[in-house]
Amino acid sequence: MESRIKSRQFKKINRRELLKLAPVVALGAFAVPKLQEGLLKKGLGFSDWASAKLFRTGHLATTFSDSELTPFDRFPINGYDVEDPEVDFDRWSLTVTGSVQRPGDYKLPQIQALQKYTHNTRHVCVEGWDVIGRFGGARLSDFLNMIGADTNARFVYVECADDYYETIDMATALHPQTLLCYEMYDQSLTRKHGAPLRLNIPTKVGYKQAKYLTDLKVTNMLERFGYWEDQGYSRFYGL
Amino acid sequence: MATHAIDVIEIEDVKTGEITEAVYEHPYLVRLCHWVNAVALFVMVGSGLQIFRAFPSFGAKIPQKDLLNWPKSFAIGGWLGGALQWHLTFMWIYIATGVVYLGYQLFSGNYRQVLFTHRDIPGVWPMVRHYFFFGPKPMVKEAYNPLQKHAYTTVIVLGILSVLTGLAVWKPIQFSWLAWMMGGFHWARLWHFIIMWAILGFVFGHLVMVVLHGWNNFVSMLTGWKKDPDYVSR
Repeated sequence: MESRIKSRQFKKINRRELLKLAPVVALGAFAVPKLQEGLLKKGLGFSDWASAKLFRTGHLATTFSDSELTPFDRFPINGYDVEDPEVDFDRWSLTVTGSVQRPGDYKLPQIQALQKYTHNTRHVCVEGWDVIGRFGGARLSDFLNMIGADTNARFVYVECADDYYETIDMATALHPQTLLCYEMYDQSLTRKHGAPLRLNIPTKVGYKQAKYLTDLKVTNMLERFGYWEDQGYSRFYGL
Repeated sequence: MATHAIDVIEIEDVKTGEITEAVYEHPYLVRLCHWVNAVALFVMVGSGLQIFRAFPSFGAKIPQKDLLNWPKSFAIGGWLGGALQWHLTFMWIYIATGVVYLGYQLFSGNYRQVLFTHRDIPGVWPMVRHYFFFGPKPMVKEAYNPLQKHAYTTVIVLGILSVLTGLAVWKPIQFSWLAWMMGGFHWARLWHFIIMWAILGFVFGHLVMVVLHGWNNFVSMLTGWKKDPDYVSR
């Protein structure tokens, strides 16, 4: 299969072969400041889309024995602003709005009247550390059922006493391990851990698990997504 | 014995009439994947180290010393959120190059060029002697000598492991079986880190060898053609 060609022709072949690598140069678009933000947003959006596809509604997060629990006093307290927004427990209620049949203010005993679930699950922070904690509360899906939520809506949006806000996709909201959590380590939630009510979502990363809940909205339309997401974090971030 | 047919041509210099040989060494998709993957790997390492900076340790959040204070200027993304955007974008490019490369190599049969097999074992020691102990250069009749094949085969395995460990860190619940195989979530994160350093070790050696083997060798990864290869004997 040996053949002889002129050096000029060989140069031409080489040039053509080199030009075929042009798609590599296209990656340089990521280095252009004007394009970078949009491209990375698209990339993250694709990752979130894939994450939602990978999420299996019936697949449970691993649960752990009591001996594997991180001691309560070593469970980190991560607030974005204040650790204790000084919620007035007597006047507290969860204000429900949006695509629900029974909107209104729900008091804690109404939520505690729902079947209580307790589990030891891993709490994973976006930073990379994790702890194993014990959480107790009502299933968010039971609460959504109680308020007559349209579960075909896309999102459950929550607001918090410390102005934090967060959005959960409906598939995760309906997951059996997703709790409206009012207990940690079999004790009432402490103020710093989000009393009187927080989200506990073992299938999601830590920043999705909003504390000191005040408002809950079932909706397809969002004006804003979440405190960290609006600064560039992943919107789905399922584990 | 070369198991793969080698494309050799003779080139006649227009001015001098001198004849040199050239070999088509790297098929197009191999070259494309090589360079796209090189860019993706650069971004994955840079952004990965920025992600690592958010918690420069392993295991539980217990007040513990930082394992490594990686400088911010040698990282990509500026902050954790930015680094995650880079990492979660380029991981798809990284995976895509791997899938296309492996698919092409297997489908075309070109994998024989790089795959280290038991037939290459006898050739390892002579190459080591040549590289490290100034031994004579062994006769090689293929594009890659046994040590090269060993290095490339290893780094392909490392590349696959970097993806699998990454998936276990990213989705420890959906891919709980992967995390379990790696010894749990903590270990998956550590493995992911270790494998990155192993790949960087390869890259260092690779770059040294590229410099040592000169221009014609480097150009072959751009155009596919290697001029005057030392392993083709007429």
